[in-house]
Amino acid sequence: MVTPQDIKGWIEAGLEGAQVEIEGDGHHFDAVIVCPAFAGKSMLEQHKMVYEALGDKMKAEIHALSMKTMAPE
Amino acid sequence: MTAETNVEERIQETLKSNPVVLYMKGTPQFPQCGFSGRAVQILQACDTEFASVDVLADQEVREGIKRHANWPTIPQLYVNGELVGGSDIMMELYQKGELQQILAGTKG
Repeated sequence: MVTPQDIKGWIEAGLEGAQVEIEGDGHHFDAVIVCPAFAGKSMLEQHKMVYEALGDKMKAEIHALSMKTMAPE
Repeated sequence: MTAETNVEERIQETLKSNPVVLYMKGTPQFPQCGFSGRAVQILQACDTEFASVDVLADQEVREGIKRHANWPTIPQLYVNGELVGGSDIMMELYQKGELQQILAGTKG
């Protein structure tokens, strides 16, 4: 079963400088992701960057991921 | 014609014919997933008319719509043919009042 720590690790590996706070029960996860690379990007683009970082894991291991993304203040 | 181009054409036709389209799991009356249910509630709160496509009823569209927008999850909201986002983005835009503005641009 996928743990929140797994997903945190995958996102942080794929998005340089990302800070991820995440909780979940193995099926549904809620993440807050702060990343300098999000600056100047739309919410749609930010979410796409997270999905790209997760790649095929999004299709297989992760059933449902809810996220909030933002650039650092 | 391959199945892949065929489904992409069907998706484009749907998006061309309907200003607001929600690709979802289940139907607005009977959503089959919490995120899809939330997306329907948000659109209803915006008092907007929308077309919906049940991806559970059509495996080709279910995969095709993910390829179409390079977006791996359902639901997906399209306005005037453009992907607005999934249910998280819909909720954030709704709370900021921006979704209402985006949808207002589609009303007669």
